[in-house]
Amino acid sequence: MTVASAARPLYLDGRDRWHGIEIAFWLATLLPFVLFKSYLSLASQVAITALFALSLDLILGYAGIVSLGHAAFFGLGAYSAGLIAKHGWGEPLTGLILASAIAGLAGYAASFIIARFRHLALIMITLGLSLVLHEAANSASWLTGGADGLQGVRMWPLLGYFRFDLYGTTAYAYSLVVLFLVFLAARRLVHSPFGLALRGIRENALRMPAIGAPSHAHIRKIYTIAAVMAGVAGALLAQTTSTVSLEVLSFQRSADVLVILILGGAGRLYGGILGAVIYMVARDQFSGINPQYWYFWIGLLLIVVVMLLPNGILGGLARWSAIWRRGRR
Amino acid sequence: MLGSFFGVVFDGFAYGMLLFVLSVGLSVTLGMMNFVNLAHCAFAMLGGYVAVTLMNGFGWPFFATLPVAFVAAAVVSVVLERTLYRRLYRATELDQCLLTIGIVFVAIAGAAYVFGTIQQPVQLPSYLHGSVTFLGINFAVYRLFLIVTALVITVALVTSIEFTRFGARVRAAVDNERMARGLGINVDRTFAITFALGSGLAGLGGALAIEMVGLEPGFAFSYLIYVLIVVSVGGLGSIRGSFVAAALLGISDSAGKYYVPQLGAFLIYLVMLGLLMWRPGGLFGRR
Repeated sequence: MTVASAARPLYLDGRDRWHGIEIAFWLATLLPFVLFKSYLSLASQVAITALFALSLDLILGYAGIVSLGHAAFFGLGAYSAGLIAKHGWGEPLTGLILASAIAGLAGYAASFIIARFRHLALIMITLGLSLVLHEAANSASWLTGGADGLQGVRMWPLLGYFRFDLYGTTAYAYSLVVLFLVFLAARRLVHSPFGLALRGIRENALRMPAIGAPSHAHIRKIYTIAAVMAGVAGALLAQTTSTVSLEVLSFQRSADVLVILILGGAGRLYGGILGAVIYMVARDQFSGINPQYWYFWIGLLLIVVVMLLPNGILGGLARWSAIWRRGRR
Repeated sequence: MLGSFFGVVFDGFAYGMLLFVLSVGLSVTLGMMNFVNLAHCAFAMLGGYVAVTLMNGFGWPFFATLPVAFVAAAVVSVVLERTLYRRLYRATELDQCLLTIGIVFVAIAGAAYVFGTIQQPVQLPSYLHGSVTFLGINFAVYRLFLIVTALVITVALVTSIEFTRFGARVRAAVDNERMARGLGINVDRTFAITFALGSGLAGLGGALAIEMVGLEPGFAFSYLIYVLIVVSVGGLGSIRGSFVAAALLGISDSAGKYYVPQLGAFLIYLVMLGLLMWRPGGLFGRR
């Protein structure tokens, strides 16, 4: 076929193959439609968070760009989708594409700054950019509704037929399909030579240019892609909940998604998804008891994960299964 | 007009000095071990709560609580350093960030559990209330006190870093850790002591901050951002840098709030972004 596929190393093809567990996992995502009908809106929140975590995974887990401000693109997507719908165009799919394009443009602009920095300066700049955006959304209340949130978002039926109902059936189906499609793209991406180059940058950003891989260009590319994905997640949230609050841009959201990704296992495609499932379901169950102390357990969990499970839950599982397999041999 | 300008600069400078006391410890320990300690403000919060408890629960005078706040934060920090932090000195920044964010979460929930989420009241001695007028400008006494305290701390820090044997060890470890180890300096112990001192200063800052910015469990997060700005703008490991950055930040924040209130906290973030893009290693950073 093309030159690129001819140059594709063989072992990348091996990793690209679908595993039985993966197929089982995606089939299991259909279970809420049958078994947990009253939790469908929670399920759609989980899918949206998983998508957001997946986008962070691409820059943090694969390219090693630590960001404390990833909510900036999530919020941009959410506000864009909300505003498009509020001002007379409530069609979900085109709204989703437009909103993610806006987030992607912002990500592309920001990527020129991001690619130049590393270490503490990088963390502070990502944080600073998202704080500036949060302040902007807060003060531009004529546009965004400020601290009261964006009201009056009216969505048209999905594909002209499926209404967004109170139980969240449409919302979950919509979020799940979008998550799956974006996941397929991300899966293709990380198993490509480009994905391999990203991992090289994570391991040593200075050596990569020496073997002919332009670090800055790669970082710009993946950062833009991640911004588009985060924008999709934000737009989904705005469309399925028909409201946008200032919280979508908050530091808390950036920190939460980081926690989710680390908990599940960064640098693994399913890390963010697994983390999102555990985190969101646990929060839903515990917040009934006392929302204030929820962060106590999250904090404790973080300490334990960093100390004992450096690669998250999936990393721990992989290590144990490797030990088990070696023991059997 | 000019009077109000000086008033704004004075208020901003006092605020900046508070930020300096809160952040200088983090700057030195970050420069030394490259350890990103996001829990620094949790130690400040601890100092604040110790001071408040002693004042309101046991009737201690304000000044007697300050050293206790210092010691309490220093002791707790050194316990955490020995048990948790030291295992992560060689780990990535991300792991360090996550561990310390975890500690912040636990601290916030713990403070909310013990003290509730309300603002803590504080009673200052009467001579720290009110203000003095000089050349037609009002100076709040407490802010004057803050500035004097911060200047005293700065002088004490600079002299002890520049002119004592311990200070020489600290400077050596900041400049080149491996070389310092090679010369037989016990970098781990030097670091533990510096870390305790830095956290103690944060605890003192937390106690001093109550009157100006209040104290509630969210403190550990809300001031973390300001402290990080001071540290990254000033440059790691530089006391001078932290001082200049804190003063700059305090003044631009109060000037922004006074002259262009619609910008809000914008200005402070934009100043940070601009400075960092100009000099990624900070104003006085070496890297």
